[in-house]
Amino acid sequence: MIQDLSPVAIPAEDEALRGEVRAFLDQALRDVPADVRARSWGGADAGFSRALAQRGWIGITFPQEYGGAGRSAFARFVLAEELLNAGAPVSMHWIADRQSGPLINKFGSAGQRAFYLPRICRAEAFFCIGMSEPGSGSDLASVRTRAERTGSGWRLNGQKIWTTNAFNCHYMIALVRTSGTAEDRHKGLSQVIVDLSLPGVEVRPITDIAGDTHFSEVFFTDVELAADALIGDEGAGWQQVTSELAFERSGPERILSSIVLVDSWLDFLRADPAAAAAAAPALGRLATHLATLRAMSMAITEKLTRGESPVVEAALVKDLGTTFEQEIPVLIADALGADPDRPVPEVLWRTLAFVSQVSPSFSLRGGTREILRGMIARGLGLR
Amino acid sequence: MTDDMLTDAFAKLLAEHCGPQVVRAAEAGEDVSDLWRAFEDSGFLDALVAEDAGGAGLGLTDVAGLVLAAGRAAVPLPFAQTMIARAALAEAGVRAPAGRITLAAGRLADGAVTCPAVPFGLVADWVVADLGGTARLVDCAAATVTATGVYGSLTAAVRGPATATVEADVDWAAAGAAVHAGLLAGAMEAVMAMTLDYAAQRNQFGRPITRFQAVQQQLSVMAEEVFAARMAAQFGLRGPSFRPGRLQAAMAKARTSEAAPRVAAVGHAVHGAIGMTQELDLQLHTRRLREWRSAHGSESHWNAVVGRALLAAGDTGTLDFVRAEMFPPL
Ligand SMILES: Cc1cc2nc3c(=O)[nH]c(=O)nc-3n(C[C@H](O)[C@H](O)[C@H](O)COP(=O)(O)OP(=O)(O)OC[C@H]3O[C@@H](n4cnc5c(N)ncnc54)[C@H](O)[C@@H]3O)c2cc1C
Repeated sequence: MIQDLSPVAIPAEDEALRGEVRAFLDQALRDVPADVRARSWGGADAGFSRALAQRGWIGITFPQEYGGAGRSAFARFVLAEELLNAGAPVSMHWIADRQSGPLINKFGSAGQRAFYLPRICRAEAFFCIGMSEPGSGSDLASVRTRAERTGSGWRLNGQKIWTTNAFNCHYMIALVRTSGTAEDRHKGLSQVIVDLSLPGVEVRPITDIAGDTHFSEVFFTDVELAADALIGDEGAGWQQVTSELAFERSGPERILSSIVLVDSWLDFLRADPAAAAAAAPALGRLATHLATLRAMSMAITEKLTRGESPVVEAALVKDLGTTFEQEIPVLIADALGADPDRPVPEVLWRTLAFVSQVSPSFSLRGGTREILRGMIARGLGLR
Repeated sequence: MTDDMLTDAFAKLLAEHCGPQVVRAAEAGEDVSDLWRAFEDSGFLDALVAEDAGGAGLGLTDVAGLVLAAGRAAVPLPFAQTMIARAALAEAGVRAPAGRITLAAGRLADGAVTCPAVPFGLVADWVVADLGGTARLVDCAAATVTATGVYGSLTAAVRGPATATVEADVDWAAAGAAVHAGLLAGAMEAVMAMTLDYAAQRNQFGRPITRFQAVQQQLSVMAEEVFAARMAAQFGLRGPSFRPGRLQAAMAKARTSEAAPRVAAVGHAVHGAIGMTQELDLQLHTRRLREWRSAHGSESHWNAVVGRALLAAGDTGTLDFVRAEMFPPL
């Protein structure tokens, strides 16, 4: 059954982080226009990530012995909320901070933790996720990329696709088959860390619908991996990936992807009382939904701090959250177009157009709507 | 948690005194004073009244579970409204009248108060009529109480002589909205439970209809709406006193009102024709979902309240506004 979600508060010591982060972002993003900030966690800037690292804001939940701050999931919640709300370009380190690092911390060997986690915290190691393949999207267990044992480690062959930021990253955590065939499904899958500078790795960027380049194809041809590339247990890849997805789906980034657009529209409305009066119910609806979703996301974060793995609850909030994110550009486009004689500032227009174009991906990345609803149905005992 | 013990005790009372037959009796205009007596005897009606005034001195957070439980059981009396009214009147030093008190918006003209749509008006003894800024207590025994003509509805138009102003410091519109948000969330939980039960039992094409992906996905959407509604409702009924915050009540009523027709739609779709019958209890809840959605303002009304507050909040961004204005300390 799905667990109840009740209101919780962010602990004061975690909330206290907000002011510092806000002050830094106000400075750092002062001159960045809204249509650029609207890239949200899709925007990449290594220098920006290093500046965050210098302040201890990457790997804030990682253990102190590995360069982290050993803080709770709520500290990361506050930090993430501030970064997303400001439209900070966090894509370089986002995956490592959100899921690769926690995965290594949970399933990795002592040697792997000691090697990778401090580098992540210093913004010296950026990670990407190698799950999807041309023939394996929602049906992730059908992946065909293979790692075969050699005398000294593993030989990797195959292809990944849609890999966000691969051309900027140092490492990929790839879900691969280490025994059996695709028909064996969840058995025989493992996760390996691939150093993307190795011979035999080829990354080809893909340009998206909005003209941006953030995802890629990655080809592996006889890539020789060391023995310690395997993370966790051989054959346990499926269980590990599932636990990784709980982190991936539960955060504020499933609510706030369109927030920069909302605030741009709000600025526009505040300067134009007639437009504002007409838009008040629609604007207020965004606020009431945001408040509800934030409360739900906080309730899930609280479960994470207690060591629970609220996978189904996270799927539920992600589906609601991404629906909300997708409704935003639809609603704002209608409101702005309701009075075609009223000029719209160019930057608001570009911001709207950008978010509109990329919004379908909100309910694809991290698991499609239908797959999430299938998980909820399982949580309800229907399958 | 005392909250849970309180809710459990109340749920037990409801299981004993407020089965579907009692709801049906109230809708048929029959006497349901046994249920009210059970409320009186239990002490729950004074839960929010300050301790030095003879109550339990609890806050909305403590009784949120009771309001949701009342919604789940489709309680046909203004239980939660009476709780809040008693607390507000006690604080103002006014003796609360005996009996069932409900809340409604009204107008004052020619010495009479007119409330066109009083939720629970057919079964109330008193109405706290919110005139926008001030409020008057209307004695239903001395008023003209007119049924709406809507099948099964307990809502009525009430027109009666204006008594003295009620000098309580409470936002009555927010109180009515917060109560109905809680009732809506509870009613939606009931619809979901009934729908899941029914779907597991109903076979077509040789298997339970829960096996069909199209049915599963509808039930998942229903669960999402119910969870969101429940969370929002808990914000409306939150705080150490009987006084709901205006923006929290707005958020609660807007989100639950938006969810209500969606949940009703899935409930009925999955039940098929049997769900359209008077005999099945589903209708007790889905009729209320539609009625309560409008009571004390629909989602458009309350979203506009929030929207105007956000527009007026200087240069505060949306998330900052939400954090500061809608997330009071627990
Ligand atoms: C911007 C972006 C970034 C991404 N980044 C990454 C990344 O970094 N790493 C990575 O590994 N992947 C990444 N992905 C890929 C993402 O995980 C996949 O797009 C997703 O898992 C869906 O796979 P697919 O695109 O092949 O669609 P498909 O699985 O082919 O689905 C197509 C449609 O069929 C439906 N469908 C499929 N199976 C079922 C079923 N059983 N029941 C009902 N409906 C079904 C789906 O819901 C969808 O509507 C990214 C995607 C996007 C858009």
